[in-house]
Amino acid sequence: MERKYLLGNEAIAHACLEAGVDFVCGYPGTPSSEVIDTLRAQPERPYYLEWSVNEKVALENALAAAWCGVRAICTMKHVGLNVAADPLMTSAYTGVTGGLVILSADDPFAHSSQNEQDTRCYAHFARVPCLDPASVQEAHDMIPEAFALSEEFGLPVIFRPTTRICHSKGDVGLGSVTKSTRKGEFKKDPRQYVVIPAHTRVLHKKLNEKQPAIRKRLVEIGFNRCEVKGKTAIIASGIGATYVQELLPEGVSFMKIGAYPIDEEWLGGFVRKHEKVLVIEELAPEVEETVRQVAGTVSVFGKKNGYAPWEGELSPQTVAAIMEKAGFLNKSPFVPQEPVPNLPVRPPILCAGCLHRGAFFAIKKVFRDAIYPSDIGCYTLGLQLGAVDTTICMGASITVGSGIAHSGEAHDVVCTIGDSTFLHTGVQGLMNAVYNGANMTVVILDNRITAMTGHQPNPNTGLTACGVETPTISLDAVCRACGATFVETVDPYDVTGMVNVLQEAKKKKGVKVIIAKQMCVITARRMGVKRGRYEVNTEACTGCGTCVRFGCPAIEFADEKARINDLCSGCAVCARLCPVGAIVREGKK
Amino acid sequence: MTGSYDILIVGIGGQGTILASNILGEACLIEGRHIKGAETHGMAQRGGSVESHIRIDGLYGPLIPPGQADLLISFDLLEALRYSHYLKSGGTAVVSKNLVLPTSVYTQKLTPPTEDDLVAALKKHGLCLINADQIATEAGSPLSLNVVMLGAASRWIPLKPESLLEAVKRLVPKKTIEINAKAFQMGRDAGGKS
Repeated sequence: MERKYLLGNEAIAHACLEAGVDFVCGYPGTPSSEVIDTLRAQPERPYYLEWSVNEKVALENALAAAWCGVRAICTMKHVGLNVAADPLMTSAYTGVTGGLVILSADDPFAHSSQNEQDTRCYAHFARVPCLDPASVQEAHDMIPEAFALSEEFGLPVIFRPTTRICHSKGDVGLGSVTKSTRKGEFKKDPRQYVVIPAHTRVLHKKLNEKQPAIRKRLVEIGFNRCEVKGKTAIIASGIGATYVQELLPEGVSFMKIGAYPIDEEWLGGFVRKHEKVLVIEELAPEVEETVRQVAGTVSVFGKKNGYAPWEGELSPQTVAAIMEKAGFLNKSPFVPQEPVPNLPVRPPILCAGCLHRGAFFAIKKVFRDAIYPSDIGCYTLGLQLGAVDTTICMGASITVGSGIAHSGEAHDVVCTIGDSTFLHTGVQGLMNAVYNGANMTVVILDNRITAMTGHQPNPNTGLTACGVETPTISLDAVCRACGATFVETVDPYDVTGMVNVLQEAKKKKGVKVIIAKQMCVITARRMGVKRGRYEVNTEACTGCGTCVRFGCPAIEFADEKARINDLCSGCAVCARLCPVGAIVREGKK
Repeated sequence: MTGSYDILIVGIGGQGTILASNILGEACLIEGRHIKGAETHGMAQRGGSVESHIRIDGLYGPLIPPGQADLLISFDLLEALRYSHYLKSGGTAVVSKNLVLPTSVYTQKLTPPTEDDLVAALKKHGLCLINADQIATEAGSPLSLNVVMLGAASRWIPLKPESLLEAVKRLVPKKTIEINAKAFQMGRDAGGKS
C-alpha cells in the first residue's frame, strides 16, 4: 500500500479515483474546493467533471447522473447545501441507482464562512445517511464505503468533513485506482422520478422504511464503534474524537461516532452500562440529543447542560477543559497561554494591484454617503475600506440593495458583487430589481475567475474546469437581457474613467449596472502578464498620505515619505491618485 | 503526552509555509514515520498571518495547543512574536530576520514594533535568528527562503538531515533543485552557528 503525505481534500480526491467515480461536479467553497481541484488536475480523467454555476445546479446534475446508474460526487461547502437543499430533500424520496455522494464541508469557527451551520442536521432532516470522518485517513477510507452505501440503500449519502479534515494533512495509506466500466443509462420510471403527489406519498413511505436497516448497517461497517472500560464514558464524533483519544484516561469507556443515523438500540446498550456519559462534538448537539433520548437515568454531560461550547471549533485544550469541568480528567495537561498583547494585527487584505481596491475607491468617491450591500468573495475585504455594509449569503447584494431601496431609505444604494457570485445567484436579484423598478447601482466586480476559493474558472472565464475552451458569457448581454438599460463596462485601474461612469449612473433612475472588468492580479501573474513596478520620487513626495489611505500592501510610509515595496504589481492606480505626480514607473524618475 | 515532536511554522500568506510543511511530510515518509499537520487555506491566505501545525510521530489530532510546541519556525519577526506563546518552556524559535509591517500600521498610523523590540521579546525563548533573505539570495534565489529556514531548523528537527534534503529535492521545481539544495545546506550551516 502506497503512503503519501496529503491534504485531507487530496486524500478524498484519491479515494474517489479508488472508488472509480464517473461524474464529478460542485461549486467551489472553502474548505471543500481542493477535492475537485485535485480531480481536475489528474493527467488522465476517465470521468466527467465540471464546475457548476451553483450548488443546486451541481446537485441536480449529479443526481441525474446517479439516476443513470453511474457513480457521482457533488462537492460544496456547508452553506452551499442551503442552495442545494431543494433537490436534496426530494432526492431522498426518488433515491438513486448509481452511488451519489454529496460532500458538504463544514467550517466550525467560520474560518472562511458566514456561519457555523452543521451539515449533519440536513442529513437528519432529509433522512439520508451521513458519514463524519475523524481524520484524513478515515476521510479517505469512508469515500468508497459512501458510494457502496448509497448503492446498497438507493439513497444519496452525505459526506461531511470539517475544515480540520479538509485542510489537515497526514501520512495516508492509499488504495489502487479503479477504472469504471459503468455507462449511464436512464431507465424511465415515472413513479420514481416524477414526484407528483400520488407518487411522492409512496416514495416518502419507502424512505422511512429504509431507516432501521441503515442504522444497523452503519454499526456493522464499523464507523460507529465502542469499547467499555469502566463506569464513565466519553462519546465523540469528528475531529473531536482524536482529541479525546489523545487525552482519554485509563478506565474510561470510549465510543466514536462517524456515521448517522445512530442505531439507538446499540447506543442505548452502551450508554446504560455507565453512570456518567460525556458527549464531545463540534457544532450542533446531534449526537448528544440521540444520547439523551436513550440515556434513562444515566447522567449526560454536553452542550445542553453547559459543559461544552455550542460555538467554534474544538481543540485539544478545549476538549481537555470540557473533560476537566465534567470530572472526566483531574487536571488539563495544558496550561493556558496568553498571546503577546497589542501586536499590530495582520488580517487578510486585498492583494497589491487588486482591481477591487480601485473600484471601491471610485465608488466611495462618487457615492460618499451611500449604502453598500456587498457579497461573498475576496471583495468582502472591502469592509476594511469602509465599502461593505452588508454581506449575508451568495447573491444577496443586489437583493438586499433593492430591499433597502424599496424600504424608503433615502440614501443611494450601490452594491458590489463578483462575476462568479453574480452567475451563482446574483442574476435573479438583478432580474427582480429591474422588474420591480428599484433605484440602485450594481457594480459587478469582474475579475474573470472565482478567485477567493483558489481561482476556479466559471462561465465568464472562457475555460471549463478541465481547461477546455468554451464560449465566454457576456455579462453585458445578460444584464441587458434582464432589462437593465444602463450597462457600462469600465477598467477599475482607470479610476478617473470609472468615476465618470459612476457619476453618470448617479444621475439616472432605475437599475444601473457597471461592470468593473480587469483580470485578477494573481491570475494575471500566473499568465505571465508583466507590468513595470512603480516607485516614489521622494523629492516630489509631500507626505500627504493619499496613497497610504488607498490601503495597498505595496505602499509603506516612513520618515514622512511614502515608499513602494516589492509587492507592487504595476497597476498604477496610486500613481493616478497622487496629487503631485510623485509616483512614477520604476527607473523613470 | 503522545511523544510527538510539534513544530509550528508561521509567516505571511504567500511566503511558502505550505511547501515547508510538505517537505517535512515527505521526510517523515522517507523515514517511515507518522505525521499530522493542519494549515491555513482560503481567504485567510491573502497577505494574512498564516500558521501550519506539524506533529512528527503524531497519531491523533493535527493541532498543537499553545505552550506545547517544541519548535517555532517563523518567516517573519512580528509573526514569530505573535505565535511565541505556542512554544513550550525550553522550546526553540528559529526566526528569519525579515520584518514586513502589516498595512494596518500605515493606514491606522500605529507605532510599529522595531526589529530590536521584537528580537528582545523573542529572547525569552531559545532563539536562532537567521538572515534568511540574504542567505537565500546568496544560494541563488530569494524564493528559497523557506528551504533556508528548514535547513536552519534541521539542527533541532528529529529527522535525519539527509531525509530532509532528499525531501527538498523531491518537492521543489526541477529547475531549482540545485539552488534549493544549496539553500538547505547554507541554512543548516547558519543554524549551527547561531
